[in-house]
Amino acid sequence: MTQSVVVQVGQCGNQVGCRFWDLALREHAHINKKGLYDEALGSFFRNVDSRDCDGGASVVGGRIQHLKARAVLVDMEEGVVNEILQGPLREMFDSTQLLTDVSGSGNNWAVGHMTYGSAYREQIVDKLRKASEHCDCLQCFFLIHSLGGGSGLGTRVLSLLEEEFPEVCRIVTSIYPSAEDDVITSPYNSVLAMRELTEHADCVLPVENQSLVDIVNKIKRMSHDGKPGSVIKSESTVISGQGGLSGAEKPFDAMNNIVANLLLNITSSARFEGSLNMDLNEIAMNLVPFPRLHYLVPSLTPLYTLAVNVPTRRLDQMFSDAFGKDHQLIRAEPKHSLYLACALMVRGNVQVSDLRRNIERLKPSLPFVSWNQEGWKTGLCSVPPVGHSHSLLALANNTCVKPTFMELRERFTKLYRKKAHLHHYLQVEGMEQSLFSEAISSLSSLIEEYHQLDATRGRFMPDAPRLSIAV
Amino acid sequence: MSIVTVQLGQCGNQVGHALFDVLCSDAQEGQRKVFSSSSCERFFHQTAHGDLVARAVLIDMEPKAINQSISRAAKSGKWRYGETSHFSQKQGSGNNWANGYCVHGPRHRERVEELLRREVERCDRLAGLMAIMSVAGGTGSGVGTYVTECLRDVYPKSFILNHLTWPYRTGEVIVQNYNSVLTLAHLYQLSDAILVHENDTVHRICSQLLNIKQISFGDVNSVIAHQLGGILQPALTADSCGVYSRNPLGELVSCLTCHPEYKLLSVSTIPQMPSSSMAYSTFSWPSLLKHLRQMLISNTKMEEGIDWQVRPPAGAERTRTLTGPSFNTSLANLLILRGKDVYSAETGQRTDLRTPNVAFEDPALFTSWLSSEDAVNVWKTPVPFNKYEKCATLVSNSQALLRPLDNMVGKAWNMFASRAYIHQYLKFGISEEDFLDSFTSLEQVISSYNQLR
Repeated sequence: MTQSVVVQVGQCGNQVGCRFWDLALREHAHINKKGLYDEALGSFFRNVDSRDCDGGASVVGGRIQHLKARAVLVDMEEGVVNEILQGPLREMFDSTQLLTDVSGSGNNWAVGHMTYGSAYREQIVDKLRKASEHCDCLQCFFLIHSLGGGSGLGTRVLSLLEEEFPEVCRIVTSIYPSAEDDVITSPYNSVLAMRELTEHADCVLPVENQSLVDIVNKIKRMSHDGKPGSVIKSESTVISGQGGLSGAEKPFDAMNNIVANLLLNITSSARFEGSLNMDLNEIAMNLVPFPRLHYLVPSLTPLYTLAVNVPTRRLDQMFSDAFGKDHQLIRAEPKHSLYLACALMVRGNVQVSDLRRNIERLKPSLPFVSWNQEGWKTGLCSVPPVGHSHSLLALANNTCVKPTFMELRERFTKLYRKKAHLHHYLQVEGMEQSLFSEAISSLSSLIEEYHQLDATRGRFMPDAPRLSIAV
Repeated sequence: MSIVTVQLGQCGNQVGHALFDVLCSDAQEGQRKVFSSSSCERFFHQTAHGDLVARAVLIDMEPKAINQSISRAAKSGKWRYGETSHFSQKQGSGNNWANGYCVHGPRHRERVEELLRREVERCDRLAGLMAIMSVAGGTGSGVGTYVTECLRDVYPKSFILNHLTWPYRTGEVIVQNYNSVLTLAHLYQLSDAILVHENDTVHRICSQLLNIKQISFGDVNSVIAHQLGGILQPALTADSCGVYSRNPLGELVSCLTCHPEYKLLSVSTIPQMPSSSMAYSTFSWPSLLKHLRQMLISNTKMEEGIDWQVRPPAGAERTRTLTGPSFNTSLANLLILRGKDVYSAETGQRTDLRTPNVAFEDPALFTSWLSSEDAVNVWKTPVPFNKYEKCATLVSNSQALLRPLDNMVGKAWNMFASRAYIHQYLKFGISEEDFLDSFTSLEQVISSYNQLR
């Protein structure tokens, strides 16, 4: 069994991270009835004997004494982290896992990446190293951050992770800003960050705020509908934090819960058993055909469970939903673009025949690239999430991210042409104009790579001529 | 004479567990002391307390599947795995053949060889080694190939049989075709015989013959275990002079894989039906054999949906043209018959035109450069197998796997042409040259099988 470490950076990263830990505890509490510290729990938590001043972790199989999250919390402003430390999850983190400063990055990527990045480099590496030393077999770093704000520190941490721990997989959850983002310089921050993501991450799970808002609204509409037959079990929704430690819900909690659920589902097969296991390193292996094209569109279903019992028809509906736009975490049109690869992680009482039947059924409507017509990676985990009998997470490597990136490039160019706010960045030590042009050209060449593949869509691609053997 | 089994990866460990379950319960069925003790000796070792411990080594790069197999075996109460006969790591091979073959294999070589040596030393006499694995993932394929190399190194005179599970054609793992091509190309040089089960075929058996509605991997593994068990349980062969053969793997290999270019074996078993129907069915050898023969010729793996239109070329003249679109030419066939009245079963030359055509020795079924008497072997054992009153298994070295193999190589080649995923393999130590070599070897195999016609 392997362990993963969550690195949450910035206000957004820490808020999402906080929800993640709450829901993770809830999930394990649901399954782990005996109160023993088992391997599944160990993948995200350490079990610490609080009398032991060294804070050494106890072995798997013992009783749960004191769980500490395998996390590193970084923020250049202390507001959010302090809130966490005063909240019900405060016991999960000890001071060696935190790194804060007072003034924040001022929504300036350069300040985060360059100034704070250099000033705190050693401390960051030290905390990461400590977290990794507590792990028996560290498989993955999950980095959570947003791109719009001062995303600089997040990307600096990412490149440090690659430097110090090159063998460990880096899966980054990035919250992409919407067009109406209230941070004016978010296009600069996003494009500068994207270059780092393209170069240093193994996989990126882009999430758009607007999609999260849409999902939240959809669920709220359902619960207020009041029609018979549409009563939802409230603790089962993907936005609910019920059953967790935190009491009242805070404003962004609903949206952040969705992202937290995404992370729980991705790691489910690595933590729990099933008939077809899918480990985290298999995700990167199967979904990334070319090193830079590692942006995976996530889709979660179901969003909620009805209070009445569900027949098998619902199971097929779950598969169809995963490929519908309502369940995607970014706004995009995968069915109108080209699939390079797709992973389906199923949880709960679902068998291989259900999986095969649905793949056969959905395949004709999904355009796959010519050399990967059967580009499906599947996983079956027996343990369903809390409140559901089964669930499905689809991760698609699809060229539909191209329009999102193109839009980002356009918003960047609008500002850059006028050199608006540029001086705020250039006055930061270490920052040069060339970084801007390199970043935009990295984005452009990424878009071009997707474009080349897109161009093959619908075109008949003949099979490559086979090797001929002298008879 | 004992067989030591190596179970590799999740699939290998799940299939292996199902196999030992079938072997144990079949061996302990009824009052057949000689058969029982021969079977137990072959697959299990008996402890001082009378426990049956499987002669197996379980290997995986992550612990979940092994733990599951070990605990399920222990729960059965009838047999178990050795306490220390397993090896696992914490982190899997990530579906990457190169990771399995170049990194994990060599890293853990000593430990694995140690476990194998201990298991082999527990045998009075070693009949051979069997490795069970899948070709789609990373450990079964990559580590499995490396371990087979080690087996060949350490036991150069032993018979090595590889049992492979080929994945569903519509993808379980995206890079499955790469992993399969690399595995098969390497195994061809190392293995004595490669016995193949395809998930698609077994799935169809589950749904159409066994009427299972929601098919799980457990169901698939049971069918594979039943078919494998039918081959491996003790049998009376032509050479064994009235006792159960002491050299099962050797005899299998000499019957079927007489030429190094032709090592792919497929299996068909008849009858296969839900256990609830068995009480109401009667079987006759002529009927079973007739169906089995047609299954061979038309290349179907089930007794349902057989194409009776396919016929072998008539007359003594063997022409080089195709006699029908799906005629399956064989190199060699092994018929293993088990059950009641087995000695009355007729499989030889067609003597009377009025009797149903059960002639397996018909030269028309075979390629021209082997005489049909040498190409067909029949093992008849009067002991029923796995609760079937009569059971016939056909192990065939024929063109049956040609189309699936060609498919697999074609898809892998297409993907390779665009260089997709190659960077993932290169970073673990294999090169594009290695890929090309593997492709070349397999095209050679495909060409050889094509020319059987």
